[in-house]
Amino acid sequence: MANHTVTFPITDPNEILKLRAGDEVTVQGHIIGIRDRTQIRIFDQGVEPPMDLSGAFLLHTAPNVRKVSEDAEGKGTYEKICIGTTTSARMVRFTEPLGRQYGVRAICGKGGFPDEAIAPMHELGMVYFAIVGGAAALETTQIEEIEEVMWEELMPECLWKFRVKDFGPLTVGIDAHGNSLYHDVQTRAKAKLEELIARF
Amino acid sequence: MSIDVTTDLQHVVEDAAAHLYVWALKDIPQDLRDALSDARARETSVPGKRVLETIHKNVNIADSQNNLVCQDTGIAVYTCRVGEHFPLHPTRIYEGLRDGTARATVEHPLRSNAVHTITRENTGPNIGYRLPIVHWEFIPDWDGLDVKCVPKGSGSENMSFLKMCIPADGVKGIKSFVLESIVGAGGKPCPPGIVGVGIGGTADYAMYLAKEAITRPVGTRNPDPLVAELEEELYGLLNETGIGPMGLGGDVTVLQCHIEHADTHMTLNPVAVNYQCWAARRASAHISSTGETEFDREF
Repeated sequence: MANHTVTFPITDPNEILKLRAGDEVTVQGHIIGIRDRTQIRIFDQGVEPPMDLSGAFLLHTAPNVRKVSEDAEGKGTYEKICIGTTTSARMVRFTEPLGRQYGVRAICGKGGFPDEAIAPMHELGMVYFAIVGGAAALETTQIEEIEEVMWEELMPECLWKFRVKDFGPLTVGIDAHGNSLYHDVQTRAKAKLEELIARF
Repeated sequence: MSIDVTTDLQHVVEDAAAHLYVWALKDIPQDLRDALSDARARETSVPGKRVLETIHKNVNIADSQNNLVCQDTGIAVYTCRVGEHFPLHPTRIYEGLRDGTARATVEHPLRSNAVHTITRENTGPNIGYRLPIVHWEFIPDWDGLDVKCVPKGSGSENMSFLKMCIPADGVKGIKSFVLESIVGAGGKPCPPGIVGVGIGGTADYAMYLAKEAITRPVGTRNPDPLVAELEEELYGLLNETGIGPMGLGGDVTVLQCHIEHADTHMTLNPVAVNYQCWAARRASAHISSTGETEFDREF
């Protein structure tokens, strides 16, 4: 299990292909916060996202923030209070269109994606990063600045652009080669479950 | 000396709620810290150790920076134990808890999670129709009020399960259902946490009991020795599943299994599972009939 540092957004697909399930990764550069309602707006309501998502790292989040100012058009700037990560599984159906239509290359969340994410990630060269759910105090220190907020009316489920430094440690949960730690853990646990129940 | 009961005591309750909500979110109880340290010491898988090390670091940063442990400020769930002679009626206690929750949300500020269940529009500063949620117990021959605040995150609450087992399923049916539920939940509820199990009563009451079980200090045992034995057994079995920290595989899947029970109908055998994430936040206050407040972790 190797250690990597990857800067997002990426332009070279090999940056993703070199990652293997179980590897530890630290992320630099820019990441984009996204959540249920943001993706429902893009894919179910057909609204084009007002941010470039090619080569992007998406974080499943809805942060605690403080509004610090507002420009003439009413667009706000925000400072961080506490930023953490939500459960990914609810949003698995957006994986394939995010990769195919918008060129997203990494999705980060907690709790993992079910097996239906394995094939599109393999085909499109995408990766799922597991973060530690609930470890938001630490995560907040690794987010240097909230650079942009779009779709403020969905607060807190807006599109957020964060600049990060040493974001992690992340674990590669699903790689672009068809491997999933979650699939492996579930397969072993289900076999164990049968054995445990047989003991009763 | 007299106090204006309906205004002054209601303000005391409001102040207590505002404090409890934020305190619970920032400073996790010592029993939980100890359980997480034990987990860190005994985990052997590489991803599992990475997770528990990160949790340890996160709790320390929340302490040193006075920040929230987890960004999910949850739904504020309160349990009140109201003495028979406490001079403020529960309707006013509820208003105090609601106003305190809202005030903490606005003043800190905290993320507001409350939405209308059909429109999904935000309904206010972590309050709304029937929010916050308050459970009531009434205590005879007493004039005090105890309030426990448990902000409940959605990642773990989404991993709630109910099965109406039949009497012929017996205890075996209960054990199988708890194990299947936690294996199926995988990494989603932020393991390792507290598995709350409610058995007996009716369908709704079993789930309430499961929620009550997750609000106990980690590792406390049910006073009924039969139930305590089941807690021990399930705790051991759950940690044999290999789900591990954040579902990435490992030795520590749960910090504890707590069970609450009620007697039931001869044809019923309900079992409910309510999960509490590793950030099992909990804070309490005792309020006297004259408004003195003492903050504590437990009733």
